[in-house]
Amino acid sequence: MDKNIKFKFTLYTLACVFTLVFFTNFGMSQEEQAPKIKMTVNKGVIKPMSIALPAFIKEEGANTIISRELSKVISNNLNGTGLFKTIAQTAYLDTPISFNTPVQFDNWSIINADVLVIGAVGINLDGRLEVKFRLWDVSQQKEIGKGKKYLTKQESWRRISHKISDTIYERLTGESPYFDSRVVFVSETGPKNNRLKRLAIMDQDGANFRFLKHPPSLVIAPRFSPTDNEIIFTGYETGKPNVYLMNLDNDKISSLGNLTGMSFAPRFSMDGKKIVLSITEGGNTDIFSINLGTLERRRLTSNIGIDTAPSFSPDGKNIVFESDRGGGQQLYIISSEGGDAKRISFGEGKYATPVWSPRGDLIAFTKINKGKFHIGVMRVDGSKERLLTTSFLDEGPAWSPNGRVIMFFRETPGKAGAPSIYSIDISGRNMKKIKTASFASDPNWSPLLN
Amino acid sequence: MQKIIFGVLVSMLLFSCENNGFKTNDQIGSEQISQTDLDYFKNLVGDTILFTVDKSDLRPDALEVLNSQLQWLEDKKFLPITIQGHADEQGTREYNLALGARRANAVKNYFLAKGIEPGRINIVTYGKERPLRVCSNEECWSKNRRAVTVVGKQLSE
Repeated sequence: MDKNIKFKFTLYTLACVFTLVFFTNFGMSQEEQAPKIKMTVNKGVIKPMSIALPAFIKEEGANTIISRELSKVISNNLNGTGLFKTIAQTAYLDTPISFNTPVQFDNWSIINADVLVIGAVGINLDGRLEVKFRLWDVSQQKEIGKGKKYLTKQESWRRISHKISDTIYERLTGESPYFDSRVVFVSETGPKNNRLKRLAIMDQDGANFRFLKHPPSLVIAPRFSPTDNEIIFTGYETGKPNVYLMNLDNDKISSLGNLTGMSFAPRFSMDGKKIVLSITEGGNTDIFSINLGTLERRRLTSNIGIDTAPSFSPDGKNIVFESDRGGGQQLYIISSEGGDAKRISFGEGKYATPVWSPRGDLIAFTKINKGKFHIGVMRVDGSKERLLTTSFLDEGPAWSPNGRVIMFFRETPGKAGAPSIYSIDISGRNMKKIKTASFASDPNWSPLLN
Repeated sequence: MQKIIFGVLVSMLLFSCENNGFKTNDQIGSEQISQTDLDYFKNLVGDTILFTVDKSDLRPDALEVLNSQLQWLEDKKFLPITIQGHADEQGTREYNLALGARRANAVKNYFLAKGIEPGRINIVTYGKERPLRVCSNEECWSKNRRAVTVVGKQLSE
């Protein structure tokens, strides 16, 4: 209970604090320099870029724990991408003691560092945390971009670590980042034939886990709003599956008016103004959209097949969904105004749970073929299909905010079978299990926080 | 035969768990149904029918069970009926929800065709959320692709 309150307090302060954060650029150059050693993520990296990341320099008022933890969280983020490898701190020949002391580049090039991050942390007289950092190209002996400074509440240090990680990632890869983000998912406990499912939320790196408050009945597949601190999910509170909104500031649940039949598989449009979902009436499941302002409901498909798992394109003009109208499950695209659906998947097996990339270029999906499940991606026209994973049961892809990483859940077979969340790069590399306190399924990734 | 009875007992157990979160209404009007009658319905009439992979049509073995259910229901017009539709784990979550709805609806339509009043029947889908059997092979999957007729309880709206 205590934890809950503390977390809410943190959330609240985060919401307020970030209007107070100063992002200060300082440094010698007037213009943002083009990164000298920018890497191309597309082509696949043969050798991860080597980064030296000493503990942040302790300035006035800061403690050792925070100066170490800042660099640890950043290091964990960067290493987790598979694109970077931080050099162990025990190998360093140099311990930076002051933020403005000129960098001794030789000490870093000799341990083969490509990039050096020098950071410092202190606590101001008003009690706020001051964190600053500079990013150095070791071989060129030049700063990459300009230094940055953050002023914030002390308890927000983790988010500052994520923001610094984001800046480093962005400057070194030229790609938009994803570390300052959260994941909402379903926590599962209990035996396979009597699972207790609860909605839960955590930071992208697994920290700050908490359960969301909701009635004990079954819950399914929470999805973030792209614009508000809100999720949409399917719950069985009335005994039937129904779609609900939850405000994450206070866990308040609201319904979407009087939906007839059963409703599930909701997702927001990128502007947060509409949702698209499946509604089952008379045993038949079709796709509908609901305007969240007016609660006006619009039927988009009218087909005796099962039409479900709809997902908006980032521009809101189209919807990709799955349907078994042609026999097995396949992927189709339809205008968000309705009309004729165009089939885009033609491969062997069944295709399900399509999700449009936030970049707009790819669609991630679940494929079932010859008794195996895969997570895959294809272009919007259905071409260039690539399967990234294979197992007894891989399901439910979710995009990182930058469209570079996919989370999904993998369920093991048998009596003791249970789901865990994994992430994988769209290159098909760097698959890893996300640590969670319980079994976990149905992940959904938030947009970058503000 | 032992297996079947065991399966039925497991399904009873499971059903009692499933309804924990529900607001239920065991009584409609003044007439009541005894636990003995309900047990008889579950165990001897049979409350569960099975389906083929990805299908929702009623197989001959299913029709036989449904006909027995109808016979038992004949003199119990006061009883509300809920049909639960389920799927096995070999499908995606959303599709299985829709498939469970299709299966439950197939039973509902059969009951309506046989003269059950529309107002008495509710359908609900659980997709793959509530498996009866937990092994990961056809032996269990075939038992999980099911529709269960639940009498005497109705969903609160």
